[in-house]
Amino acid sequence: MSTHNYPKYEYRRPPELDAPGPHRGVVVVGAGPVGLTAAIDLAQRGIPVLVLDDDDTVSIGSRAICYSKRTLEILDRLGCGEPIAARGVGWKVGKVYQGNELAYQFDLLPETGHRRPAFVNLQQYHFEEALVRRANALPALELRWRHRVTNVTYSTDRVSLAVATEDGDYALACDWLIVCDGARSPIRHMLGLDFEGQVFRDRFLIADIRMASDFPAERRFWFDPPFHPNQSVLLHRQPDDIWRVDFQLGWDADPELEKQPERILPRLRAMLGADARFEIEWASVYTFQCRRMQKFRHGRLLFAGDAAHLVSPFGARGANSGIQDVDNLVWKLALVMEGKVDAALLDTYNDERVAAADENLRNSTRSTDFITPKSAISRTFRDAVLALARRHPFARRLVNSGRLSVPAVLAASTLNTPDADAFAGTMVPGTVAADAPVTGPRGAWLLAHLGGAFVLLAFGEGIAPAAARALAEAPIPCRVVQVGGAAGDDRDVVGDPEGLVAARYDGKPGTCYLFRPDQHVCARWRAFDAKAVRAALARATGHPEEA
Amino acid sequence: MSALVTDPNIAIPDDFYEALILLHRDLTDAQSALVNAKLILLLANHIGDAGVLRAAMAAAREDVGAPL
Repeated sequence: MSTHNYPKYEYRRPPELDAPGPHRGVVVVGAGPVGLTAAIDLAQRGIPVLVLDDDDTVSIGSRAICYSKRTLEILDRLGCGEPIAARGVGWKVGKVYQGNELAYQFDLLPETGHRRPAFVNLQQYHFEEALVRRANALPALELRWRHRVTNVTYSTDRVSLAVATEDGDYALACDWLIVCDGARSPIRHMLGLDFEGQVFRDRFLIADIRMASDFPAERRFWFDPPFHPNQSVLLHRQPDDIWRVDFQLGWDADPELEKQPERILPRLRAMLGADARFEIEWASVYTFQCRRMQKFRHGRLLFAGDAAHLVSPFGARGANSGIQDVDNLVWKLALVMEGKVDAALLDTYNDERVAAADENLRNSTRSTDFITPKSAISRTFRDAVLALARRHPFARRLVNSGRLSVPAVLAASTLNTPDADAFAGTMVPGTVAADAPVTGPRGAWLLAHLGGAFVLLAFGEGIAPAAARALAEAPIPCRVVQVGGAAGDDRDVVGDPEGLVAARYDGKPGTCYLFRPDQHVCARWRAFDAKAVRAALARATGHPEEA
Repeated sequence: MSALVTDPNIAIPDDFYEALILLHRDLTDAQSALVNAKLILLLANHIGDAGVLRAAMAAAREDVGAPL
């Protein structure tokens, strides 16, 4: 059925089969979206990283197709956002129908002045291929295909792996293991680690079809449409004239039977019309679960992505949250590996991303309760909301066909310095940086000037050259980015031609924001104070006692 | 935040009660359930106050017994 030409990545015989290899700093297991993102981030920092994957190609089938603005922003920092954004279909409007009537419509990014759209739709195989290309361009990154981890043990000072290949088995030792081996996580199973949560009793059919159509690039969701009564249907546009149709089937559906073209075609014809011309590219029947590991850090093992948490697909919170996991993890791990901070900083990866996973699980479970009501009364309330939504604006806010992925606000993080000064707006400590158009040495967008390392964003010329140099040359360096004013060799200066940086950050002369390497706000002040910035940096790296 | 009003607050209680029963006249159980659900949602939005809504939900659940 599929017309995609899947790459076959070359297996290479590992040198460890002939002689013991070196002890490694960090190994990543799993070359999916999350593992590759982690490895690229590490390698881009110059940290040698080995990636092991038991397969030799990308995702079979389009699978995860909705990549969020935040994912694109993270990948921009990692040098591979543009090919993905350019290849994908951007969208921001979602429409929800009951029957054939529009019940509710939302716009996920109603304002302009952001580099990236709310979402792009792109087949997971294209997404992964772009990451593999970026990975292969980084000398510090080694990718090993068809290398399967068969055993993991860890102690306080190391992780030991057994790896199987077609030429034989070998052993590896490393300081840190990032586990991104997916929903079924063989490593989680090997170690007998918990994975608590609930399985939902419903089945869904995904059909990717090739069809020339000028339907707009919007997310469209139907409750109880005439072409699929009593169930829901979701439609997304992908590149290459591919459309994703997701049919709710109910728990009693036979997954093997429903995958057959003779069952799928009548469903599609009912939806698209008897005369519609299309071909099926890929089809799959899935169920879903909402569950997570109790802890994402187990000593020297760091779990991320689907290996650590699973949500329903309504909301695009799977791959997008996994990429935020490793965005959160890698800068902390890099500081630990450089010996600059205590390994306890990695516990904040656990705390922050468990909180984010709970937010995703809460949203995902709520959507699921609306789409798949678990009782007759739940179904009645759902239908009541949909009936009211036709006439009454208040009910449209209750319609839940999926609350789409937005970056977690780490408001409760111990790494934040609480506000002492008054600010208007939404950029509270813990929030991910809002983008804005700028003129500056790193391009036309604010986010390109933030991230990678700590950055102090200063409105106006309040920071003396000596203070800026002291921040840049500290053991944990912090770059100054100044909004407006004269340039200096100790800082980047950005212009704010539309005033949107000042507007979005409530920036006034003297205002300073401290951003973590993952672009989250961790402190802010109305005036620069070198001591306060040093204390906030110490707190943000897990050493509040120095603050 | 205001508290849930449980003292008499409806001017002519018998009129209200009659209208509530009439609302369901000639409806099937399923239709009645839908009307009730819509009514709850409309009133909940009118009240708006999350504390009052939670107090009302708790009061409604009182004396109904433990879940089976």
